[in-house]
Amino acid sequence: MKPRVILLNVGVALIGLIVLFPLLWMLSVSFMSTGEAAVFPPPLLPGRWTLEHYRDLFVNQGMGRYMWNSFALATLATGLALAFTVPAGYAFAKLTFKGRDRLFQLLIGALVIPAQIGTLPLFLMLKSIGLVNTYAGALVPWLASIFGLFLVRQYALSIPDEMLEAARIDGASEGQIFRRIVLPTLTPILVTLGLFVFLGSWNDFLWPLIILTDQSNYTLPVALAALSREHVQDIELMMAGAVITVAPVLILFLALQRFYIRGMLAGSVKG
Amino acid sequence: MISRRERAAWGFVAPSLIAIAIFFVIPVVSSLLLSLTDFDIYALADLGNMRFVGLQNYERLLTNPLFWQAMKNTVWFSVLGVPLAIGASLAAAVILNARTIKWRPVWRVMFFAPYVTTLVATAVLWNYLLHTRYGVINWALTSVGLPAVDWLGNPDTSIPAILIFVVWKIFGYNMLIFLAVLQTVPDDLYEAARIDGAGPWARFTNVTLPAIAPTLLLVSIISVAGFFQLFAEPYVMTQGGPAQSTVTVLYFMYEEGFKWWNLGSASAVAFILFLCIFAVTMVQLAVSRRLGGDHT
Repeated sequence: MKPRVILLNVGVALIGLIVLFPLLWMLSVSFMSTGEAAVFPPPLLPGRWTLEHYRDLFVNQGMGRYMWNSFALATLATGLALAFTVPAGYAFAKLTFKGRDRLFQLLIGALVIPAQIGTLPLFLMLKSIGLVNTYAGALVPWLASIFGLFLVRQYALSIPDEMLEAARIDGASEGQIFRRIVLPTLTPILVTLGLFVFLGSWNDFLWPLIILTDQSNYTLPVALAALSREHVQDIELMMAGAVITVAPVLILFLALQRFYIRGMLAGSVKG
Repeated sequence: MISRRERAAWGFVAPSLIAIAIFFVIPVVSSLLLSLTDFDIYALADLGNMRFVGLQNYERLLTNPLFWQAMKNTVWFSVLGVPLAIGASLAAAVILNARTIKWRPVWRVMFFAPYVTTLVATAVLWNYLLHTRYGVINWALTSVGLPAVDWLGNPDTSIPAILIFVVWKIFGYNMLIFLAVLQTVPDDLYEAARIDGAGPWARFTNVTLPAIAPTLLLVSIISVAGFFQLFAEPYVMTQGGPAQSTVTVLYFMYEEGFKWWNLGSASAVAFILFLCIFAVTMVQLAVSRRLGGDHT
């Protein structure tokens, strides 16, 4: 029994190493001096640690600008997505209105349609109203999140009706009930959904690639993809760029992983 | 005659529903209409240049060798990738579910971490890991006596190479889902099977698999849809090459639409992609109904 337990744990640690190695290698190479990683066998640690690539990225390649774009868009997307989906998710769970259940069925059905299908007409629509190459254009898809609405609804179903009824008897308006009772109860799912949207927006590629045509509006992934076509040979520079792109979301995820994982399981296992 | 409460409810749902209608429903429906037109770069300049052409875009696509190549590549990505990714997720979940594993929460988060990383950044990273001359993977292969592989430079290995990266990136997601389901399987079931003399494999097929069958179906449907929509991986790692071996349907759509500005034709591609995903989902549901019938 004992050796099997050890074997199993060693096996898991080995998988862990394989999973983690690429990220550690990326970090290590980003500190190597130019050309150091382009040898065989590949070095695992820098001979001389340097921050020159990070400096180069921010001073010469405009990385600060891209980082700001990514950060601003992800933050705005999070705020807007919450503002649009949370009241709706709550209403679908707890308020009655004509056609509610049929409408909800339709939305669930629409979940199977990949949003990519509408990419081209959406681009033309935004072009006709002058939103191509603007933050607003990049943010638009985050307003129409059926998944977010669904996630909030699932969570809001657990709010006891008695609590809402009691507030109504006390003369509270629906708006007051939403702000004073519902929102505090929904806090955990708000963090989860906010995290999903922030990471989703930060990591998104196809839509920003299409809609943000001017280099000064690029987000980190779009800028990184463009940079990698120009600087294929500069492994160390590209790895520094990858670290800058990945680190913020990875840190945010690690800090809030409980919310992320709980929400993810609520959205898929029960749904 | 609407009550105050109902009016408030509409106030809550209206912004979201309007946004969904304008930015999701209308684009999806117009996509179908757009696919019946010859909308191109001239129409982009002046809408008067757009004509209704019926099914011509579809006919032309079906005789375009690159479109078929993209379809074939996408099918290969899915046929190889879905079992590979789900197999890896399931294996990791079963191992992590063992009671004797130490520090389970640490491993869970670690295995999941690649999933939240930025796709473009890790694709760039894996480009170097898969590098023919300086890559860590070829170094590992050659150091155990295996030949080095020209991963992204050879049309026969480019799809497997991208899949290694994709599996590394996404397996943690389904692993967490499997793990959550496995933890609902009572230990008594495994105990009873053990007493009946069932080995690890027999316990897996008789206890674990039936418990996760419904989840397996759900996960495989979502995975197929995901693999049908590969885009950033070939865009960053191979630009569709070598010899167009990694042009996926979505990549083809992107080039058709935003490189050549044939938006009518690109919409037809988008619509075919949707039909394919829909058809595969229906087939999977039908198969599972026939196989599982009673316990799903």
